[in-house]
Amino acid sequence: MLSRRIVPCLDVRDGRVVKGVKFRDHVDMGDIVELALRYRDEGADELVFYDITASPEGRSVDRQWVERVARVIDIPFCVAGGIRSVDDARAVLHAGADKVSINTPALDRPELIGEIAEVFGVQCVVVGIDSLRDEDGQWRVRQYTGDPSRTRALAKRTLDWVVEAQERGAGEIVLNCMGSDGVRQGYDIEQLQAVRERCAVPLVASGGAGTAEHFVHAFAGADVDAALAASVFHSGAVRIPELKRHLRAQGIEVRDVA
Amino acid sequence: MTDVVLIDWGGGNIGSVRYALDRLGARSVLSSDADTIANAPRVILPGVGAAAPAMQRLHELDLVDTIRALEVPLLGICLGMQLLYESSEEGEVEGLGVLKGRIERIAPRPGLRVPHMGWNRLRRERSSALLDGIEDGEWAYFVHGFVAPLSEDTLASSDYGSGFTAVAGRGQRFGAQFHPERSAATGQRLLANFLAMEAA
Repeated sequence: MLSRRIVPCLDVRDGRVVKGVKFRDHVDMGDIVELALRYRDEGADELVFYDITASPEGRSVDRQWVERVARVIDIPFCVAGGIRSVDDARAVLHAGADKVSINTPALDRPELIGEIAEVFGVQCVVVGIDSLRDEDGQWRVRQYTGDPSRTRALAKRTLDWVVEAQERGAGEIVLNCMGSDGVRQGYDIEQLQAVRERCAVPLVASGGAGTAEHFVHAFAGADVDAALAASVFHSGAVRIPELKRHLRAQGIEVRDVA
Repeated sequence: MTDVVLIDWGGGNIGSVRYALDRLGARSVLSSDADTIANAPRVILPGVGAAAPAMQRLHELDLVDTIRALEVPLLGICLGMQLLYESSEEGEVEGLGVLKGRIERIAPRPGLRVPHMGWNRLRRERSSALLDGIEDGEWAYFVHGFVAPLSEDTLASSDYGSGFTAVAGRGQRFGAQFHPERSAATGQRLLANFLAMEAA
């Protein structure tokens, strides 16, 4: 039986891991390779590296650190941030990443999803969606979320974009619920459930993890395939070995921890 | 001295497979040259992508007969394993045919997401030096939308909706549907076992 995945997300700025609250006020968390190895040893199932400066600054991910990570890491990892073309995706995948995650560039030009899927297969195309509930009760997509001064609200409804992204060749969806991100009050189960109903590819929950119980809710309540978190792992508030023991005790299948 | 030649046809995961071999201290060479591949002590066919363009590329590089004629240990990884079979439903393409059978699509149904992506358990089906030290129930990392059905070449299986071939072998020809280069200690063990094999 396929296990549920625990995915630490490492926000990368200028080759270092950083973390902010609600996408703001970033603090240095340490060296990329060091943190990647620590999470691998603790039993992370996959890692996401998100270059938070790439999209707003209009530049591609610096691939040197991708190769540094690929040389030492023996679990899968995904690179997000500033991948705007098949050539950008190729550079990152050939440096050793297993998947690329596209967000803002896919909103600018949705054809990009299919172009990357055509060349490298759907399994390495992840579409990241930053989503926030508007006053009318609809969830809508946000763009350029890496830089609060440039973040834009789009007219596109999150649920419509989830369907379109799959039709275009997304092999996985990461739903980042911005309303709950960084505040550790739990994943947005209602929104995840709504997306799950429309998502036939793997779905990754993101935004809001504060306790081990929040992960239980995401898996048991919204049937997500993976749960992504950053600050709770970086701070040590939730440790992956204990988290996995807790999940298993709740009847949720996870990979054994060494 | 080279321990293993990696067939470089442009497949996506070739870098990460090579790094995994580096971590094991193996001397690997990337090549798309028929002579180099034909004279290798061991050959790995890595691969991420789609079956039809991959086979087309192997034909363009004039490597199809070279691979079919190999008598040294051969390991296909992920799509590389699927190419070792006779044919694939993916693009309705003829494969290398060194393993028997046809690659089939995983049919999506409620609760069964495609692609099959994540860590799943291995079940030992037949004994093989490739699986030495790998216990029943160990976890491996899979990412794929097509599968090899169970057959007499199945060395280890896994389950996703139904049973499928996770590790295949016939004589000196082997395949791993999962990614050993991304399957932590289990994957490292499989690659080390492969590197310990000698031509019959």
